[in-house]
Amino acid sequence: MKIDHVSGGATKIALAEAGRRDVLDPGSPLAVAGLTVAYDRKPVLWNASFSAPEGELTAIVGPNGAGKSTFLKASLSLIPRLSGEISVYGKPMEAARGDVAYVPQRSSVDWDFPATALDVVTMGLYRQIGWFRWPGRKDRERARAMLELVGMEAFSDRQIGQLSGGQQQRVFLARALAQDARVYLMDEPFAGVDAATERAIVDVLRKLLAEGKTVLVVHHDLETVPLYFSHVLFLNAGTVASGPVTETFTAENLQKTYGGRLAATQLAALGEAAKVRG
Amino acid sequence: MPPWFEAFLSAFLLSAGYNTAVVAVGSALLGAGGGAIGAFVLLRKRSLVSDAMSHATLPGVVLGFLFGLAIFGDGRSLPLLLVGAAFTAGLGMLAVNWIKANTRLTEDTAIGTVLSTFFALGMVLLTVLQSLSVSGQAGLSGFLLGSTSGMLASEAMTIAVAAGVVALAVLAFFKELTLLCFDEGFAASTGLNRNRLDLTLLVLLLAVVVIGLKTVGLVLVIALTIIPPVAARFWTERVGRFVPISAAIGAFGSYLGACLSASAPDLPTGALIVLILFALFLLSLALSPVRGILSAFIRHRRFQRIVHVRQGLLALAHDEPILEPITRRLMKRRGYVTGDLRPTESGWSAARRIARDQALWNLWREDCPDEAHALADWSLRPIDEVLPRDMVADLEARLGLKAEPARGATA
Repeated sequence: MKIDHVSGGATKIALAEAGRRDVLDPGSPLAVAGLTVAYDRKPVLWNASFSAPEGELTAIVGPNGAGKSTFLKASLSLIPRLSGEISVYGKPMEAARGDVAYVPQRSSVDWDFPATALDVVTMGLYRQIGWFRWPGRKDRERARAMLELVGMEAFSDRQIGQLSGGQQQRVFLARALAQDARVYLMDEPFAGVDAATERAIVDVLRKLLAEGKTVLVVHHDLETVPLYFSHVLFLNAGTVASGPVTETFTAENLQKTYGGRLAATQLAALGEAAKVRG
Repeated sequence: MPPWFEAFLSAFLLSAGYNTAVVAVGSALLGAGGGAIGAFVLLRKRSLVSDAMSHATLPGVVLGFLFGLAIFGDGRSLPLLLVGAAFTAGLGMLAVNWIKANTRLTEDTAIGTVLSTFFALGMVLLTVLQSLSVSGQAGLSGFLLGSTSGMLASEAMTIAVAAGVVALAVLAFFKELTLLCFDEGFAASTGLNRNRLDLTLLVLLLAVVVIGLKTVGLVLVIALTIIPPVAARFWTERVGRFVPISAAIGAFGSYLGACLSASAPDLPTGALIVLILFALFLLSLALSPVRGILSAFIRHRRFQRIVHVRQGLLALAHDEPILEPITRRLMKRRGYVTGDLRPTESGWSAARRIARDQALWNLWREDCPDEAHALADWSLRPIDEVLPRDMVADLEARLGLKAEPARGATA
């Protein structure tokens, strides 16, 4: 609440200018305007606005503590926000749960949980199954098919704690695939995975794109941004820049987002990578 | 047959009269309800909340008694006492939640504070009540440690029905509670209301605590929701089995305890039930083939032996000395070396085989580090048993080894 006083009218003007139009755009898979989130009294996300391009693969990048995960969580209304509006194809998030799939960070759950890989993927179907009903044979078959898509069919009966980190990440991905959503929000799916899993995840992302889905991925590896993604959102407390990788993934925007944390040579190399792809 | 055992047996076989049978069955249902809801509370990592709840029931029990005394002239109405207990236990639960949400204190600190304060208040009220020497108040101390002796069939019936309702509610919300306990962020992203589900979980827990008061007593009722799931966890890796196993352990332990109590009415029922549950926990910990320590020990020993023999044979193949006593012993026992550590004929051939195996495994790991990482026991089993023939042949060709068709055919 305090933050509103401090920011005064500036926030409101910014909201009106940058945000409203997006929120009112019913065609946007995910539109966020004036999103501000604070833990206790420390603002983590500051007046962030963004409209996800439909049918595109967007990387969300930014330094540690830039509020990338917070942006996803707040967009999904998983954590309370001080201000901001969110819409999914013109509907409020609460009315669009079936359209959105979320892949949380792997470290956010206790993998000692008594469940097999297949059990976890089946959880992605719980919403469709509905209250007071149990997963049937069809649901299990669908879950198995999703495990196959991520190359994990051989591990379907293994307890999740006995999977490698990359395999656990694939299980999470399969669970999101089972949801058959229109918009996918993924929090660091590439973090700490092996090369084979990275390839498998990229394959899945491309498949989602081919089906016309919209995907947002919190990503930490700047070098692969131009390789894997078509769009990029630079985040550092607020939205710094967003747009197609070819236009937006520039040394200037990287500098603005990361400040002095990237060396000049790194910046040049990344800029080159983007240009080559473009 | 000693008389107490005779009494126990007839209670166990439900032939000790209507009253005893109803009490035993009611206790079993209570145990099932406690085991089922306790399983989810354990997965949610909030087991200790039930301790705060149970201790917070005491002021409510006394207040319920006083209320009954004032309105009906008699305080000894079990439903009224339980309503009072539920009321203050609910207050205690809300207090824990409030402290957790609005201060920087952790849940265990909040639980400790709430538990001791409510219990202290209850003890003061109870002592004051006892000094008034009203009729019927003597029965209240039974709520501390639990007693089924002298329990009316109607009371046991109340407990049985309430426990059955809890068990049904757990079944009804099984999917949603599972999701909440495993991944609350994902659960919320699918539209589940986390707070409401958490409240459902706690209200069901509260129900078990309150209806368990009379049988197990408020000091020990926490055991009913903790020990069965902890014991059940040893037996399975799947939540769909974990919850029913926990309920079954709770039911069996409570039934047995109630029957024992029928044969020895002087012993506190609650304590008997807890001791039996603990025995079931010990059995599970020791004997379960899934997560028990005995099977883990055997698995470890078998693994250790495989490693030692393998290293011993590799040492032979590389013409290195075998230093470790365990390795020497195992090699001798298998006839790979003689008493004075000279390799035998079978030792040589086994060593050659293992050396080839290891070379192939090493090459494969260089090729596919990810798969090697995923395969828990790479290099410990013969490679022909794990990898497809064509891959092994390819590796052999690259190492300049010639294939061993005889072994390959049997593998």
